[in-house]
Amino acid sequence: MAAHRCSCWSWLLILFSLSVFVVADIHETTPVNDHHGGVDHNAQTAEQTADQPAVEERRWEATEVKEAATVDAAADIQGTSAPETVVPSSVPQPKDDFQEELVIRPLHSGDIYASFQFRTLWDTDFMRENKVSHYRLFPKSLGQVISKFSVRELHISFTQGYWRTMQWGQPFIPSPPGAELWVWFQDSVTDVDATWKELTNVLSGIFCASLNFIDSTNTVQPSASFKPLGLGNVTDHSFLRYATLPREIVCTENLTPWKKLLPCGSKAGLAVLLKSEKLFHSSFHSQAVHIRSVCQDWQCKTTSWELRQTLNSVFDLHNSGQTKREWSLFKMFSRTLTEACPLASSSKLYIDITDNPQGEQFELSPATSLLSQAVVLGDRRTFSVYDLTQETTFGTVRSLNLLIRWKSNEGEMLRPLLHAERYVAGYGLQTGEIHTLMYNNHPYRSFPVLLLDSVPWYLRLYIHTLSVTSKGKDNKPSYIHYEPSKDRVKPHLLEMLIQLPPNSVTEVTVQFERALLKWTEYPPDPNHGFYVGSSVISSLVPSTVAMHTNSTRERPLFSSFFPCKEESSYFVRIYTEPLLVNLPTPDFSMPYNVICLTCTVVAVGYGSLYNLLTRSFQIEEPNPGLAKRIANVIRRMRGVPPL
Amino acid sequence: MGLLSDPNRRRALISMLTRLNAPICVVCYFAGVAWFMGLAFEPFTLRTYMSENAMGSTMVEERFPAGERALATGREFAAHKKKVGGMPVDWLVKNMQDRGLEVFTQSFSRTLPFPDENKERYIVKGTNVYGILRAPRAPRTEALVLSAPCSPGDNNNQAVGLLLGLAQYFRNQIYWAKDIIFLVNEHDLIGMQAWLEGYHHTNTTGMSWSPLQGRGGSIQAALSLELSSDVITSLDLVLEGLNGQLPNLDLANLFYAFCQKIGVLCTIQGKLQRNDWDSVSGYNHAVQTMMLMVMKQASGRPWGDHGLFLRYHIEAATIKGVNSFRQYKTDATTIGRLLEGMYRKLNNLLERLHQSYFFYLMPSLSHFVSIGYYMPAFGLLAVILLLRQSSPGVLSVLTPLVISHLTGVALYALPIRFQETAVEHFPVSETEAVVLTAIAIYTAGLALPHNTHRLLSGEGTEQGWRVLKLVAVLYLAVLLGCTALINFSLGFILALTLVPLAAFVTPHVPKVLSAFILVILSPACTLLFSVFFFQELQDMPVSFQDGWLLYLSVISQGILDHSLYGSLVYPLIALLVYPCWLLFWNILFWK
Repeated sequence: MAAHRCSCWSWLLILFSLSVFVVADIHETTPVNDHHGGVDHNAQTAEQTADQPAVEERRWEATEVKEAATVDAAADIQGTSAPETVVPSSVPQPKDDFQEELVIRPLHSGDIYASFQFRTLWDTDFMRENKVSHYRLFPKSLGQVISKFSVRELHISFTQGYWRTMQWGQPFIPSPPGAELWVWFQDSVTDVDATWKELTNVLSGIFCASLNFIDSTNTVQPSASFKPLGLGNVTDHSFLRYATLPREIVCTENLTPWKKLLPCGSKAGLAVLLKSEKLFHSSFHSQAVHIRSVCQDWQCKTTSWELRQTLNSVFDLHNSGQTKREWSLFKMFSRTLTEACPLASSSKLYIDITDNPQGEQFELSPATSLLSQAVVLGDRRTFSVYDLTQETTFGTVRSLNLLIRWKSNEGEMLRPLLHAERYVAGYGLQTGEIHTLMYNNHPYRSFPVLLLDSVPWYLRLYIHTLSVTSKGKDNKPSYIHYEPSKDRVKPHLLEMLIQLPPNSVTEVTVQFERALLKWTEYPPDPNHGFYVGSSVISSLVPSTVAMHTNSTRERPLFSSFFPCKEESSYFVRIYTEPLLVNLPTPDFSMPYNVICLTCTVVAVGYGSLYNLLTRSFQIEEPNPGLAKRIANVIRRMRGVPPL
Repeated sequence: MGLLSDPNRRRALISMLTRLNAPICVVCYFAGVAWFMGLAFEPFTLRTYMSENAMGSTMVEERFPAGERALATGREFAAHKKKVGGMPVDWLVKNMQDRGLEVFTQSFSRTLPFPDENKERYIVKGTNVYGILRAPRAPRTEALVLSAPCSPGDNNNQAVGLLLGLAQYFRNQIYWAKDIIFLVNEHDLIGMQAWLEGYHHTNTTGMSWSPLQGRGGSIQAALSLELSSDVITSLDLVLEGLNGQLPNLDLANLFYAFCQKIGVLCTIQGKLQRNDWDSVSGYNHAVQTMMLMVMKQASGRPWGDHGLFLRYHIEAATIKGVNSFRQYKTDATTIGRLLEGMYRKLNNLLERLHQSYFFYLMPSLSHFVSIGYYMPAFGLLAVILLLRQSSPGVLSVLTPLVISHLTGVALYALPIRFQETAVEHFPVSETEAVVLTAIAIYTAGLALPHNTHRLLSGEGTEQGWRVLKLVAVLYLAVLLGCTALINFSLGFILALTLVPLAAFVTPHVPKVLSAFILVILSPACTLLFSVFFFQELQDMPVSFQDGWLLYLSVISQGILDHSLYGSLVYPLIALLVYPCWLLFWNILFWK
């Protein structure tokens, strides 16, 4: 048994370290273009004159900018990418660096996915130096937060809507509906809870959001699901805090402060597209800020802070009210691009054309000659690249209005390798059951997932009813971490490592009882229901690239026997939908009735009791006869005492 | 207060109650009936009003344009339905997908406990198709449902057409805050039951269904649409659900408000509203409408596909298009606009519908009687039971109590168990076997208790029957009180018949006459009268022969409703009301 547990733990450790590695890797992939530009570039210039077959051959090298064009274009690239090579080299460099990019992916369903990423790097140390006071590109408000609260890593996201995995595939950066905040603190922090409380209040002010509603009743310390994405190998999860606010509604007032963190604001560069009237006319909107420390070079001698601001949004083909099936930057954002942010070292626009190699799905104009490939979420994708730092990109009209014209119809629903759903079963207001379904659609590989569930205390989980079944059989989780809730103090935390068999549905069920709250604890709209935040499922999913073991024709045989690591599996985090649960709710117009009724009851009860207590009782004499009464009258007249 | 503490006055009160017991009871009974009949008189009722602020009156605009196209879709659906000979699943899936919905199917099957002769079905297999319109930027926590049944024959094709038309129109709008589920259910209530059980992952009735793949969170409200002609003259609102549950009154108000706004004739119980409340015929009309509601509610059956939603605390109603060849015509576009308006209002809801009444009766669509007004009518009847108790050892009544309840259990369990045996030995069908067994057990119960009682304890004592009556009367009072709280109509109808007999029965009244009255007022005969009365109310009187056949089918439907949808009326009658009635029968034959 002990041995079993031991192996379990070591397995877990391996998984997590792997996951961290892969996550870091994935996040790096896209910008890596620019980073390793220096190295790749030499090779590229050497092969400048290479013809088409050579280019085709090099297609499989995952992350590089490729050119299939004339010498002029190549020279242009060289010119523009020269400043990008500075990061790892020894050439004198600015201490901070800003990059911006926009990825547009025409989705399977006919919708358009637009993902903005803005990255600011700064090789300063907020912790070591006493005071960092000179800020250039890095926003001062966040820098002060990092140094004041000794933050090692901070991830905050605001999302309006639910990412539809079945229709849209996986997002580049997942986030749950509402607000999510998770922070790793430095080891130097003594009172983590107090710092966390203060931090949430400060962030609440910075982002104009209700993060101040984060308190001990919705904060948890996940033991395994959230590992640092940046530098540092911390395992003590007492420095981690995780909280979600599924009810948080994201709107313009959150977007404005987010845009203010950008060096160019919304004045220039890609950020001019971020107009709230169009952004909030979409099917999905998510904005996030990620702060972490990263290595500057491969030996990791020096570190720098990375601020990554992301904004994802999906535009709906149907409710844009257009008859022609076409998209353009102007239609999506009501703006076109005219320049890059002058402070940015790189400013690029990527269009995912993987599903469209011969232009049979959609037509792209203006066309571009630049192509790039990257392995994103286990899938090798091809992108058209528009470099905004180049004058030629904007053409003669001096503005870039990208146009995508759909040719094919909407596709059917996707079968993502991993997806999940959650719902509340049962009826009535006493008990219920939370069902979490996890689908592994991989045809032959099973893989483990980490499930994190944080349930508010007012749903009292009957943990003995926890059951995990796949394919009709009991599926015993290899790791369970459960922290029971405490009424009005802390939520339930349930983390499990579950192996999902290939091509199966795994169902996790747990019953709960609905608590009766005190009447002051109800929100102003109690009949709306109470939210339970999304479950988080983190996993290393075997990639689809590795699935095609037969398609090795482009690769030499000796290279393809073992699936190479970064392609064999990739890290995915998915969020289920939040739940809306009705609790037994008193009729709040009732107090008046209750007061009336109570008063009546008290009056009746008290009145009769008082009556009984104060009245003197005496035995009633029997009625005297008529003769006696007459005699008494006569006696009274005579002045003699009556009989 | 003096009344309670002053022994003299208390004594006076008690002596008055004992002296005038019989007259007071009679007065109470007639006062109760009169109160009830007065409820339908318009000046005594309240006007309906919208309680929910989020559904204020003028905030949405209806623009649905595509009524004709919806009807064309309906005709196409009809053609495919005919071709496939049932639910055209593939066609529906494709059509919903083309309209930009996420489409899922659910298959289900159910073997009925005995063949249903009314709808000619025994082993039911079917498929539900539903499409979810995902609201933009909503996290799948709330949903609304619009359903249309896929009925056999030429019924409800237009409803499905309109449903698809609305789906297409709704899909292009940006303002949805709740997911909208468009459901086409096969085999009407059985399909609906399967879908709801699948959605909430419960299994109350032993149906087998395939699990649902897509959900939209907690369902806030649902409408079921029944439409069988291209042009309709009026829309009828059906509210009565399973076990007499009603949706929140605001849903009815919403429907009424939009009918007024758009100018569609609307009815409830198929009765138009009349303005001449002060005339006799106007009052009769209102009474008729209210009595129809009472009868329907008392039956505990779901009177439309919406009826099963109510168990899950989802406010739901059925909207039926009626084509009765009146002058006034409404086309599909108008109905579409009406539904659009209602859904936009429901979409605006911040909380579940909870502001308005859940317990009410409606003498017309614009007036309602709330629980505070109708309960006194029942209270006046129930107080008779309390007045008729005569005080006096309890053990002696145990035998009749146990025996009458055992008879009740037999009545509940045996009919379905013994259908096969009955079919083997008698020339009857399964349904007839079940119903006739039920009637046989019911009648046999009349002979059982007093015989056994005589066998066990010899001659009954005076004390004995008094105790039995005390127990029986209290039992009935509690039983009727609880029933009336949940389902007023059922409680009231039972009180109307059972209370008089409970009041007068003693072993000293003339045997034959009383026995006759007792049988006339027994639950089974009440049901028989109700059947005739209901037909009368609907202006469709039947002959005795037809009425009897209808009566038999009503019993079989009651038993089926219990096993299919979990309706509680049959077990209530068999396990509680009938044994209680047997106790009174027992008292009559005590000596």
